[in-house]
Amino acid sequence: METLVACCIGFLTACGIFLMLRGRTFPVMLGLTMLSYAVNLFIFTSGRLTLRGAAVLGTSEHYADPLPQALVLTAIVIGFAMTAFLVILAIRARADLGNDHVDGKLPDADSFKKESR
Amino acid sequence: MTLLWILLLPLLGTLVPLLTAKWNRSACALATALPPAFALMLLMYHSPALLAGETLQFVRQWAPVLGLQLHIRIDGLAFLFALLILGIGLLIILYARYYLSERDSMARFYAYLMLFMTAMLGIVLSGNLLQLWLFWELTSVSSFLLISFWWHKSEARRGARMALTVTGAGGLALLAAFLLTGQIVGSYELDLVLASAELIQQHSLYPLLLVLFLLGCFTKSAQFPFHFWLPNAMAAPTPVSAYLHSATMVKAGIFLLARFYPALSGTELWFVLVSVTGLATLLIGAYLALFKHDLKGLLAYSTISHLGLITLLFGMGTDLAAVAGVFHIINHATFKASLFMAAGIIDHESGSRDMRKLNGLWQFMPITATLAMVAAAAMAGVPLLNGFLSKEMFFAETLHQHLLGSISWVIPVLATVAAVFSVAYSMRFIHDVFFNGQPKGLTKTPHEPPRYMRVPVEVLVALCILVGIFPGYLIGDLLHAASLAVLAGEVPEYSLSIWHGLNLPLLMSVLALAGGTLIYVNRKHLFDFQNTLPEMDALNSFERLVKQFAARCVRLYGFIDNGSLQRYMTLVLLSFVILAGTPLTNLAVLWGGREELPLDAVNVTGALMLLIAAFATVVWHRKRVVALLMISVVGLMVSIAFTRFSAPDLALTQLSVEVVTIILLMLALFFLPHKTPKQSEASRVVRDVSIAGMVGVVIGSLSYALMTRPLSSISDFFIANAKTGGGGTNVVNVILVDFRGFDTLGEITVLGIASLGIFKLLTRIPLFKPSSDGDGRPWALERHSLLLSTVSQSLLPLAVMVSIYIFFRGHNLPGGGFIAGLVTAVAIILQYIAQGVDWVKARMNVEYQRVVAVGLLIALLTGAASWLFNRPFLTSWFDYFDVPVLGKLELASAIAFDLGVYVTVVGSTLLILASLGKMTTSHRPVHKETI
Repeated sequence: METLVACCIGFLTACGIFLMLRGRTFPVMLGLTMLSYAVNLFIFTSGRLTLRGAAVLGTSEHYADPLPQALVLTAIVIGFAMTAFLVILAIRARADLGNDHVDGKLPDADSFKKESR
Repeated sequence: MTLLWILLLPLLGTLVPLLTAKWNRSACALATALPPAFALMLLMYHSPALLAGETLQFVRQWAPVLGLQLHIRIDGLAFLFALLILGIGLLIILYARYYLSERDSMARFYAYLMLFMTAMLGIVLSGNLLQLWLFWELTSVSSFLLISFWWHKSEARRGARMALTVTGAGGLALLAAFLLTGQIVGSYELDLVLASAELIQQHSLYPLLLVLFLLGCFTKSAQFPFHFWLPNAMAAPTPVSAYLHSATMVKAGIFLLARFYPALSGTELWFVLVSVTGLATLLIGAYLALFKHDLKGLLAYSTISHLGLITLLFGMGTDLAAVAGVFHIINHATFKASLFMAAGIIDHESGSRDMRKLNGLWQFMPITATLAMVAAAAMAGVPLLNGFLSKEMFFAETLHQHLLGSISWVIPVLATVAAVFSVAYSMRFIHDVFFNGQPKGLTKTPHEPPRYMRVPVEVLVALCILVGIFPGYLIGDLLHAASLAVLAGEVPEYSLSIWHGLNLPLLMSVLALAGGTLIYVNRKHLFDFQNTLPEMDALNSFERLVKQFAARCVRLYGFIDNGSLQRYMTLVLLSFVILAGTPLTNLAVLWGGREELPLDAVNVTGALMLLIAAFATVVWHRKRVVALLMISVVGLMVSIAFTRFSAPDLALTQLSVEVVTIILLMLALFFLPHKTPKQSEASRVVRDVSIAGMVGVVIGSLSYALMTRPLSSISDFFIANAKTGGGGTNVVNVILVDFRGFDTLGEITVLGIASLGIFKLLTRIPLFKPSSDGDGRPWALERHSLLLSTVSQSLLPLAVMVSIYIFFRGHNLPGGGFIAGLVTAVAIILQYIAQGVDWVKARMNVEYQRVVAVGLLIALLTGAASWLFNRPFLTSWFDYFDVPVLGKLELASAIAFDLGVYVTVVGSTLLILASLGKMTTSHRPVHKETI
């Protein structure tokens, strides 16, 4: 089972990173969301995998590690807040700059050089 | 403690002129003079002990582990310098009162001056290397402020910048030298360092240390080839030049040479570096001084030359030479300060410093002229003045050294040559300015200065004469005490008498006087020759150098930072792969020895769905709506995975966050293009896929390695104490609101800040309303579906009830403030979607930013309430009550905290989504101007 979960985490990470490397804001948001799934799972699984062992006292013989769960719970909510912030930033950037490229301007070899000078 | 006050008084004195700026000028100057005067008195109080050769110490520990402490240490050398700094400083305060015009801010000037005085005192009184260095840098900064005092003049700004660059760079070299010393000796204590000469000089890093140390000293003391900053610093007001460039700032480097003389000197390398630098500086300074038409320029090069002389003396390595060096420090400070002040008076009362215009001033200001002539004679080394005595000692020492082996005889010869030029420029100062015809083209008629402006000059010139005639009585003890500190032991026999008989040094003096006169009389030929040489403009070439350096940096920066975020990401990720991947390759087996759980069909199916959905998101990422649907499947599978692996709280949270995230992204799509244009080239895709693949492999492997290793966790504590200590059976929730409550408080604060930031970002956004979707289909005119609005209305109370239930059971069963808050928020969002903003606003007119604030306040006050019971912040409390109808009920303070979490989550989520949703309506956030 661990192999399978590790594969899933690795694949989600790869997908997230690929999307984050795109040039437009929306795929980057998708990528960030995907990456936060992967990261949350990663932290969660650092408490190892446990079947039928929810950390509610008196419900089972052995309990899953509650600490990573508590960490991930807040991470999920904050991850949402961060994604939301990014989304609004992207909307604002498009409204102010007129395009949705992450650099705020469409890639254009000439204009780039002029800018950097 | 009185020792500390010597340093503290001038520091407090920095404030005095600022506080008394409103008083009249004399009162302000008097008030400013009081702290250093008291400090001087305190110093004199200790003088008997200090003159007897004692070393006084005051130590206050600060961070002993780091070798940091406040350590004041006064010995003879520090006493001598403190005397110069405070004494001449007081004279400068008096002088500046008359020198500065009504337009100059006298308070600002005095404040800088006192700051500088503090810094200088700090250098000489420090008993700890790091503390010394701090004050060393402070002199650079405060001298920058002083030199650029007339900041409206371009040359003042440029001169100040140059001085700061050169001395600041030297300061860094000095810091490196001190750190090396600290490493070698094992302590930053001056006493220990001075006693470890052998240890330091035997060390393999000694050459590096010495070079760095000398770089610091030579830049500060304007030694060749770093001398160029000093003439350019002459743009400063003359009191500054008189103080900084005669007695204090430039002497700081010399002071360090003297201070560390016992620890660093005595090696071949020291002799070569110090004496050759000193000799070169002595010659170059003396030669160039003659050709300066600017009075202060002449004095600046003469200062460079005299500093070179002192450096050369310390470089010779004999004990007597060191004594002569200390003696010349005193003499140079007195005659050079008085000369600078005289030059300032001439400038002030005649409107020019150009010696081509200034002639025949004797008839206009005979008293000032007399004073200046005496001081200049002292500079030239005329008998019966102090300059003569130390120059005699210098000549004598040049005859006794064997630095250059068989050609050591060139040193006395060159010393005499330098002395010849010294006489020549001193004569020029006297003859050209006060005699030699009539003034040419002066804007005003020169006259004597105000009475008290002359007093400082008179005092110093009197000292020149008295020391010159009665050296033994006046400064014999001081010189002895200071030399004792420099030599750290025996002081050799020396005689301070005026007449040593007919000997070689005397002959050299006579030669110098005669030669100097000869050169001055025939100066025209020399001037003609000098004019044929190309002009060296240090200021411009320095600035050109700095500009070139800056341009190179900009080019390098442009190469690294080309403005493409994708490129930065690529670089960061590649470094991650290298940094995190390398240790993995060292791991022989990834498997950590823990038995894997068996696979079952449900899990495999779930995993497959997750992988397919993730893959589909990537493949269809340009069709944005499709990609959004696909990613929601991924989120769903993740929350199912949480359920599967015994994390019901996480599953609930993930599920409700999933809903709000998708709604948010849907809303975002309304404002963003619906399709991504194909832009990446194939090679770019290949590059990105390989980077993503590598990161994925590294993370996946790490994850596997982690999961298969045996677990040792601190969680057993939480499980054991959740019920007894926190009063709840749901351990995750107890951790959130109790054990790690402080973390949670921080996290909801972040949530609140993010939502407020979003609110702010959405205000004043340029409004645009797409009228159709990406394929050009117009949006439906029917805004709210009847079906949805009917269902959602009946859903609201149900959802609220569920969330209340989830909230209360959270302490014992899966649930809690986070999840309940999200459920409530989703229910209210549904109303917005189904009914529209107008409908909701009419029924529930709440400003969500206030809700966030209330939530945070509840959480904070719950935490603070434990202070009432004398417990630390966020200590929880719980108890059981028998309530008649409901039975046994548990009440915990954690519930109140969780309520804060709940309210914050509701407020933040709604603030984010509702603000965005309102964008197309008349209720969109607007910027309210507050008055």
